[in-house]
Amino acid sequence: MEQNGFRLKTGLAEMLKGGVIMDVTDADQARIAEEAGAAAVMALERVPADIRREGGVARMAAIRKIRQIMAAVSIPVMAKCRIGHFVEAQILEALGVDYIDESEVLTPADELHHVDKHAFKVPFVCGARNLGEALRRIAEGAAMIRTKGEAGTGDVVHAVRHMRAIVAEMRQLTVLSPEELFARAKELQSPYELVRLVAREGKLPVPNFSAGGIATPADAALMMQLGAEAVFVGSGIFKSEDPSARARAIVRATTHYQDPKTLLECCEELGEPMRGLDAAALKPEEQLQTRGW
Amino acid sequence: MPAPDQLEGEDQEKPRIRLGILALQGDYAAHARALERLGLRPESDPAAADGVWRWVRRAADLEGLDGLILPGGESTTMLKFLAEAGFLEQLRAFAAARPCFGTCAGAILLARRVSHPDQPSLGVLDLAVERNAYGRQIDSFIAPGEWEGVSRAAEPPLEMVFIRAPRFRQPGEAIQVLARWRGEPVLVRQGNLLAAAFHPELTEDTRVHAMFLRIIQTARQSPERLTKPA
Repeated sequence: MEQNGFRLKTGLAEMLKGGVIMDVTDADQARIAEEAGAAAVMALERVPADIRREGGVARMAAIRKIRQIMAAVSIPVMAKCRIGHFVEAQILEALGVDYIDESEVLTPADELHHVDKHAFKVPFVCGARNLGEALRRIAEGAAMIRTKGEAGTGDVVHAVRHMRAIVAEMRQLTVLSPEELFARAKELQSPYELVRLVAREGKLPVPNFSAGGIATPADAALMMQLGAEAVFVGSGIFKSEDPSARARAIVRATTHYQDPKTLLECCEELGEPMRGLDAAALKPEEQLQTRGW
Repeated sequence: MPAPDQLEGEDQEKPRIRLGILALQGDYAAHARALERLGLRPESDPAAADGVWRWVRRAADLEGLDGLILPGGESTTMLKFLAEAGFLEQLRAFAAARPCFGTCAGAILLARRVSHPDQPSLGVLDLAVERNAYGRQIDSFIAPGEWEGVSRAAEPPLEMVFIRAPRFRQPGEAIQVLARWRGEPVLVRQGNLLAAAFHPELTEDTRVHAMFLRIIQTARQSPERLTKPA
């Protein structure tokens, strides 16, 4: 009986496709998310918008909170660990969460190394801004990639930039000659075997989701049309005026992302979205996406 | 232009299968890949020959289909969509008349009763299903399983991928158990309905999907279909 297989890790990501993974900070929010049709929830201490506002060190969520969330819902529960903090990851695995997000939203614990994700039975998702980053994370054992975007802003522009970058770089690989692929692997700072695999298949060997700044049904559908296979929504739901209605509308828009008439319905009678920050106005040191190497 | 019922008559003479894949949420694309390995093509593909498939996202998409695949994913999410505008009732009527194949969450939707937690279902497959009954993701596993294929002769074992899998309990008399894992039913058939607790769509082995296509072909040839349009 195989229990540590990479296929089981990507297999759960397959089950999440076409769905919305919602950030929640307690059991009540988790129930609202599940009731709205979330495919999974992400347990964290503070949503990115609050981390950004309050500052301080952002760490793995309190175990008691994660336990309460796991007990409250029947859908998969994910939790975040700090970049490189393999002990937080060990603890989350022992707790039994269904997926770990080694996330730039939390304060990094290592300035050079990411977690060796092959050493774990629990699957990991990691953020990426471009193909090189995505392939390095996959080489380390990530079973799902998501765009980083710029979390906690409600500004989708960086998620768009990252998804377009990854999709375009993959497309470019498919037309390169064998000798060009060796050179490109060097430029991408990624293992040649993975570069060759992407060149052959035209897509990542793991599911490719989107995150970071998605705040409206239209944002979710935009990311899906750009090639995302599912979306993460962080601050966008519980920082909005009517989280339950917004969550339902984003779930619906993610499924019917190719149908503008349904998207129109999704946008009707929604409360105010999260206030949002113009991501272009952020100073470089205020960006979360530059964390991770 | 011919009347709609004449069009329907013409369609019935075409040999190719028209299959739907419920694409509300989940691993519907993995099922499409399995069907493509068996020679089916997307309905929009002009080169489509032996059979075609299309995504089903609303009740109207069921029109004219010979069968439906209900994929893995989160059944709670799928139920939110089925609650809209009579979709659940139309899907129930479809499953009562036409072949359906559910994997994991799809099997949960087909079942008579669902527990852990209790939730609505189509109630067409005479089986009780307990959700997430093998545990959380770290308890997910891949196992070889003996199964009763079409030949009933010794076939190579099926590779069975269980992900946060449900358990099938209290199978009714009409249920035929095709495969077991540690004594418990994991692949069952009831007439034109097929259900797996595992994910054949996540392996390269297309034998379970091929079996479903044979169920559809047999159902299309039966006179019942001519008297019972969807």
